[in-house]
Amino acid sequence: MSLTTAHSVVAPSSNAKLIAGTIIIAYALISIVPLLWIFATSFKTPPDSIAYPPKIVFQPSIEGYCNLFTTRTRQTPEYINSLGPATGFCDETVRKRNMVIAGPSNFLPRFVNSLIIAFGSTFCAVFLGTLSAYGFSRFQVPLADDLLFFILSTRFMPPIAVAIPIYLMYRELGLSDTALGMILLYTAVNVSLAVWLLKGFIDEIPREYEEAAMIDGYTRLQAFWRTVLPQATTGIAATAIFCLIFAWNEYAFAALLTSGSAQTAPPFIPTIIGEGGQDWPAVAAGTTIFLVPILVFTILLRKQLLRGITFGAVRK
Amino acid sequence: MAEIRVQNLRKAFGAFVAVQDSNFVVEDGEFFVMLGPSGCGKTTTLRMIAGLELPTGGKILLGGEDVTMRRARERDIAFVFQLFALYPHMNVRRNIGFPLLAQGMPPAEIRSRVEETAKLLRIDHLLDKSVSGLAGGDRQRVALGRAIVRRPKCFLMDEPLGTLDTEFRDLMVHELRELHNRIHATTVYVTHDQMEAMSMADKIAVMNHGVIEQFGTPREIYDRPATMFVADFIGSPPMNFLKFGGGLAKGAKEIVVQGAKVAVPEVREDIAPADMALGIRPEHIRFDDGSKLRGAIYGTEYLGTTQIVAVETADGIIKARVPAGIHLSPGEQVGLALNGARLSLFEKGSGRAVRTAMHDQAAEARHG
Repeated sequence: MSLTTAHSVVAPSSNAKLIAGTIIIAYALISIVPLLWIFATSFKTPPDSIAYPPKIVFQPSIEGYCNLFTTRTRQTPEYINSLGPATGFCDETVRKRNMVIAGPSNFLPRFVNSLIIAFGSTFCAVFLGTLSAYGFSRFQVPLADDLLFFILSTRFMPPIAVAIPIYLMYRELGLSDTALGMILLYTAVNVSLAVWLLKGFIDEIPREYEEAAMIDGYTRLQAFWRTVLPQATTGIAATAIFCLIFAWNEYAFAALLTSGSAQTAPPFIPTIIGEGGQDWPAVAAGTTIFLVPILVFTILLRKQLLRGITFGAVRK
Repeated sequence: MAEIRVQNLRKAFGAFVAVQDSNFVVEDGEFFVMLGPSGCGKTTTLRMIAGLELPTGGKILLGGEDVTMRRARERDIAFVFQLFALYPHMNVRRNIGFPLLAQGMPPAEIRSRVEETAKLLRIDHLLDKSVSGLAGGDRQRVALGRAIVRRPKCFLMDEPLGTLDTEFRDLMVHELRELHNRIHATTVYVTHDQMEAMSMADKIAVMNHGVIEQFGTPREIYDRPATMFVADFIGSPPMNFLKFGGGLAKGAKEIVVQGAKVAVPEVREDIAPADMALGIRPEHIRFDDGSKLRGAIYGTEYLGTTQIVAVETADGIIKARVPAGIHLSPGEQVGLALNGARLSLFEKGSGRAVRTAMHDQAAEARHG
């Protein structure tokens, strides 16, 4: 007979915890290494960025960021020496490479395009999605199941399969290379996801809330606004994040349908390669900045996502 | 406050008829209970009065005004839901004040009305608490507060005590009735619990399969059930039935059940020969060895002051409520004596009660 210590059958053993912890840490490291590499590259000089073996320890530089935000022309050393003193840090950095700043690059306007299109389409998709989901959830919609399936089916095809027809349509309608066109397109793609996700959340909110509000003297719209919406915030936040991630990262449609004034950041960043050599630090700098908004948005809505739905005073 | 008049109210969902031609009047200041098993149409009727469902036919009058097709918010009623429907994103004060906000009442007035209501319900100390932290009884009081704060024409309550623990439920039954006695609001209360109905109601409508089987005071419904369904649904244990055959003549005072002659209230109508049932409340049975109606003791259920004794007769088990002091052992043969003045007679086919002398007293009582 050996002595065994009593242990819980539901709580994981310490060995299991150790193994689970190791796997999670390993996965987190593997996921974060590419991001850290991009972040590190954005602060390298171009020679450091393509050094072999790769440099882990290096002298940080913001040359990548300078190159990202400017266009430069190559000049003779004599011409550069004839200029007055450098006007700023970036000026000084590029002169060392026999170049002068010719003007701002297109990165900032492209980045602003991305913000407008991604947030605009996310707002539209969540707005339309919430109203449709509420409709499907609360009213007897004829052929509701078929309609919901139809809405979902718009996501079955890969974007590239519909890219050519949409390109032709947009050219006819004058929507190619416009922010409005891109917002409409991303809204159309995201609204199916929004309807399905939000319908699930709204189904969980008891009808009694609206009914109580309507008896208490509110119109249905007011009841929706004051009782359903506050309780659907968790679902709306989660849906908004998914929509935003899609619209923010979308490349195929953006590359095909935008080229000039409405171009978003994803198709713009690769074009940095080729403007005066393979400027990896500038690409990495663009990518790093590109990651910031989505990171901030997710962190801001983190609490909403984690809070879970509280049914409060309703006993189920 | 106002009376509620329901005329030929009907509701069908496709082929399923939830409510069939209901007629009743809830008088001003009355506490009216709709009682019935689940799916009997009582909640649908209530929701039609509230305006949450539109009827397929018939009329609803609130204080003399036809509101049948009006929107819920235009009816000036208050509704208390089974699940309370307190808004979890608002505290108690804002929950109670919510209906007043809809009327565009100035904030200072809302504040004083909410505080006055909270005092009435003794929840003034909870006003700034979140509703999600409240106990069941307090949630119920907040839901009531939200209903009475507006001083509406009437209150509609859909099984408001259904989710409470037994302990809270008894307390709230008492509080609800006390509150009603103080504010005299016309109230329509839906429940499947006969104890709640009997202890609170001024009038009860017993519903089954979308039909109102009987409408009357708790006493009328208990003493003179109009149908076998009502007799069986009301009372714990329910009314016993013993079958007998043959017709009844006007003026008959006696029937034959299992070979024994039983005195009954004088019959007031002629009934053609058919299957009949004699209805006996458990408390109207006495043990009497002289009686020809016999059975064997099957089991007993001790309740303190009384006991429920199951007796196996030739027509199945019947239950008697007798003083707890009588000692009985299973298998023992007993004779059953019935209180002839309090028995009900039913036509088995339709389930309808036969008119007897018992109903005369009712008519007299109503007119006297």
